[in-house]
Amino acid sequence: MSPNDGQATGAPASEGRMMRSLSDVIQDRGSAAVAADGSGADVGKGIQIRKLSAYYGTHQALENIDFDINPGVVTAIIGPSGCGKSTMIRCLNRMHEVIRGASVTGSVLVDGKDIYASDANPTRIRRNIGMVFQKPNPFPTRSIYENVITGLKLNLKRKSKREYDEVVEKSLRAVALWDEVKDKLHDSGTALSGGQQQRLCIARAIAIEPEILLLDEPASALDPTATMKIEDLLFELKTRYTIVLVTHNMQQAARASDITAFFIADERHVGHLVESGPTRQIFMTPSDKRTEDYISGRLG
Amino acid sequence: MSRSIFSRRGAARAADPGDRVFAALVAAMSSVVILLVVGFVVLLTIDSMPSIKRFGLGFLSGSIWNPVETEINHLNFGALPYIFGTVVTSVIALVIATPLALGSAIFVSEYAPSWLGKPVSFIIELLVAIPSVAYGIWGLFVLVPLMRGTVEPFLQQILGHIPILGALVDGPPFGQDLLTGGVVLSIMILPTILSLSREIIAQVPRLQKEGMLALGATRWEVLSQAILPYARGGIIGAAMLGLARAIGETMAVTMVIGNSSTKIGASLFTPGYTIASAIANQFTEADSEIYFSAIVELGLVLLLVASVFNIASRFLVSRLTRRTGANNA
Repeated sequence: MSPNDGQATGAPASEGRMMRSLSDVIQDRGSAAVAADGSGADVGKGIQIRKLSAYYGTHQALENIDFDINPGVVTAIIGPSGCGKSTMIRCLNRMHEVIRGASVTGSVLVDGKDIYASDANPTRIRRNIGMVFQKPNPFPTRSIYENVITGLKLNLKRKSKREYDEVVEKSLRAVALWDEVKDKLHDSGTALSGGQQQRLCIARAIAIEPEILLLDEPASALDPTATMKIEDLLFELKTRYTIVLVTHNMQQAARASDITAFFIADERHVGHLVESGPTRQIFMTPSDKRTEDYISGRLG
Repeated sequence: MSRSIFSRRGAARAADPGDRVFAALVAAMSSVVILLVVGFVVLLTIDSMPSIKRFGLGFLSGSIWNPVETEINHLNFGALPYIFGTVVTSVIALVIATPLALGSAIFVSEYAPSWLGKPVSFIIELLVAIPSVAYGIWGLFVLVPLMRGTVEPFLQQILGHIPILGALVDGPPFGQDLLTGGVVLSIMILPTILSLSREIIAQVPRLQKEGMLALGATRWEVLSQAILPYARGGIIGAAMLGLARAIGETMAVTMVIGNSSTKIGASLFTPGYTIASAIANQFTEADSEIYFSAIVELGLVLLLVASVFNIASRFLVSRLTRRTGANNA
């Protein structure tokens, strides 16, 4: 765990619960590939969300969110349409504010530092937090190779051809795309299938070695096979990155995440957190009636 | 799943009479357009046949335009000075208007707050509706004196001593010349290029911009690396539509260009003539059959010049798009 994690969550017991559920999930999937303890390993950085509210103009979308995201695991955010789950994830790398009129109050601590502090630089923050979107968005005028190194080339940081080559191979291998595209690196990224394009976008995000990876319904435009590949990928990637996954697909949350947070918006409140905990617990024994209704299909 | 899509599409093609009627209707409409273009070319060619037969390629390469047979000067029609004037003024217009239009389009769509951007683009688009004779009058009474008195002497002072650029500003500043013609044209095509580029930039998907932002790009990097590359083909298309307008524009240019075709030189301060203004000025004077035919052939040449520019721009767009696909680090 990163050194800042314990102080903010302040609850070793909850960490213990999380670990148990992680191993449960691994057993469910019959995989022994992931070292679950995370001890000593570089597993990204934790996020602490404090009193966060988000607005579109005068319309409030999220109210008073308090929520911790731990490193080394996949945290899924689920909830019915309009519950603010996409808004939530976009607040974590200051992408919410790029929409005209959008604003945020409260704070989000990454590695102990508030990314909404007045001296925080959104550009630098985003470089540290990768994001993958609902639909694959490779840059159509760039080749596969150029797409991967886009982030590296920003801000006039120049590297040698060999360094670029290494990053491209490493990133594409990390998303299991290398063998499929190594002979056509200089073809356009848009010539790939939807699932390949989305993996290319993940490769592009991790090429700049962020600490945190945010995925906003990354499989919503993909077929089941491509979806499976993305979910498998999350298992590989969580050993190195803190992963937050927004999904409208409950099976996906159950399969791919270790921690689940359930959000809802109802008549009385705009989007807010109902409960969060180990995925198994949220799905098997939710403590809130609304969570149970949603998971059993009676809501949303 | 995929079978149901196929059968639905197949069914629409085979059975639905409404769809068939509509398809026939739009096919008929588009064939009217094509027939108009074909008929236009055919009629122009027929009427210019006497001139084509008599002067051949000399019509394109000759620079003596003499509609009256005299003892010393033989009747001759060589349209090169007109072609030259058309190309030079159009290129000047394009060179001035494109950066201005693109810059304003970027400002209006990406930087300006909407309370400013919307009225500004509305006003600029109103400029498209101003009749060209109004531009011509403004050009003649405001722009020509300004060019003669201030701009051209200033350019001469700055560029006059530089070897190659100096030739462009050689000679006495008339005011009514190729440069002024190009400037008037640039003002006329600016709104066209601007409103089209603004539309194209606005259509760049939000996901493209956000994808770049999420990698830690600054606003400038989002613009230069996500928006402009995505919109590049469309922006070139917008510039080419502006150019097409400049090539065919008649009234405004005729009023400021000087209408003299005596020489082809490097200096932009030379009074010139464009194909369109030659047609407008001389059409009523064409008293002989061969003169009339030469005027019609000018129309054909104008069409040819426009087509050459159009084909060249398409080639440019496809080259640019293909090259980036294979371009590496």
